[in-house]
Amino acid sequence: MRSRDLAHLSDEALVALVARSDESALAELYDRVGGTAYGLAYRVLRDEALAEDAVQEAFLGLWRSAGSFMPERAKASTWILTLVHRRAVDLVRREQRRRTEPLEGTPEAADGSAEEAAWLRLDRERVQAALAQLPDQQREAIELAYYGGYTQSELADRLGQPLGTIKSRMFAGLTRLRELLDDGSERTSWTSTT
Amino acid sequence: MDLHDLTAGYALDALDADERARYEEHLASCESCREELQGFWEVSGALGRSAGGPMPPVSLRERILEQARSERPNVVPLRRRVAAPALASAAAVAAVVAVALGIWSLGLSRDLDDANSRLSVLADPNARVHESDGGEANLVVTPTGHAALVVRMLAPAPKGKDYEIWVFANGVPKPAGLFEEPGVAMLSRRVAPGQTVAVTLERDGGVDAPTGDVVFSASA
Repeated sequence: MRSRDLAHLSDEALVALVARSDESALAELYDRVGGTAYGLAYRVLRDEALAEDAVQEAFLGLWRSAGSFMPERAKASTWILTLVHRRAVDLVRREQRRRTEPLEGTPEAADGSAEEAAWLRLDRERVQAALAQLPDQQREAIELAYYGGYTQSELADRLGQPLGTIKSRMFAGLTRLRELLDDGSERTSWTSTT
Repeated sequence: MDLHDLTAGYALDALDADERARYEEHLASCESCREELQGFWEVSGALGRSAGGPMPPVSLRERILEQARSERPNVVPLRRRVAAPALASAAAVAAVVAVALGIWSLGLSRDLDDANSRLSVLADPNARVHESDGGEANLVVTPTGHAALVVRMLAPAPKGKDYEIWVFANGVPKPAGLFEEPGVAMLSRRVAPGQTVAVTLERDGGVDAPTGDVVFSASA
């Protein structure tokens, strides 16, 4: 149940309300980011109960400590996904259950409006297109690290490469992805003055 | 090891616990790494948004909200002991991430001098960072002994009370400043290596010798 008032607020404004212990703001943030967060946690953990744990821990972390933050310089959703991912990776390492095969199918977002689902799909296509443009070795390092939960030292062992090489691939891959994703958002910007 | 080249691994959560801790300590004093990390984090955020896993069960939403309701609003229970050392508490992680993203509130500075003295300690590349025993705060100490407490997990002091900072000199607690809520508190007394800094809850305006229980402590 969304409050009509909260629906107009930015994610960052909702975090500020969460900092004042506003439960409906926490619920609204969950409605916006919870589905994506769970999808991410599940992709890393491949286990429903553990994915739920990771999402729950992250949102409760937000609830307990939102008061210390001024979410002005980063997207609140990025912050929440970072918390969820960190938790998922810690859990997957503890449980020794890493899986790297791709997920079967890509389910559509089932909550939120059709418009939101469309935006999410566009977003995903943009990121996948950018990943596809990376050299294979860079993409492999980033996917195994981020979705597989491997540390860079484990990747060096697994891929039979020096640690320095793995670090370079991750750095080069992230740098290139940032350029590609920035370009993409400029192309769709309506405020371009050229 | 060159800590700068851990930024990509940190943004992807690909560091082991040891590397992560050292990198986070490094972040506190390295503006260029913080900047680079912000950019990389937007990328890993985009990777996260496009992970494409299934939707959560509807029960998860209610479970989270119920748990949130059952906790005292925004008061983090002080952890005397970390139950599972491999897993930092979600709240601690949230705080570290916020610091690294540059969205940590430096607190409402009461005047410019105060703000400058905070920055001179926090931005000192040679300052050492010591985490409190329960993870509630970081004690930052420069080589000259100037010190600040970066308090992240603590309920604001109740009305009529202040948190008071103590520096133990030869086992005797000496008053070193007051604060009311999480944020950055400067110590009015220098801290030598090995000395302990503790915080107690005292009446408004502070006292000369501690009367309350130790809320948390850290060793320089």
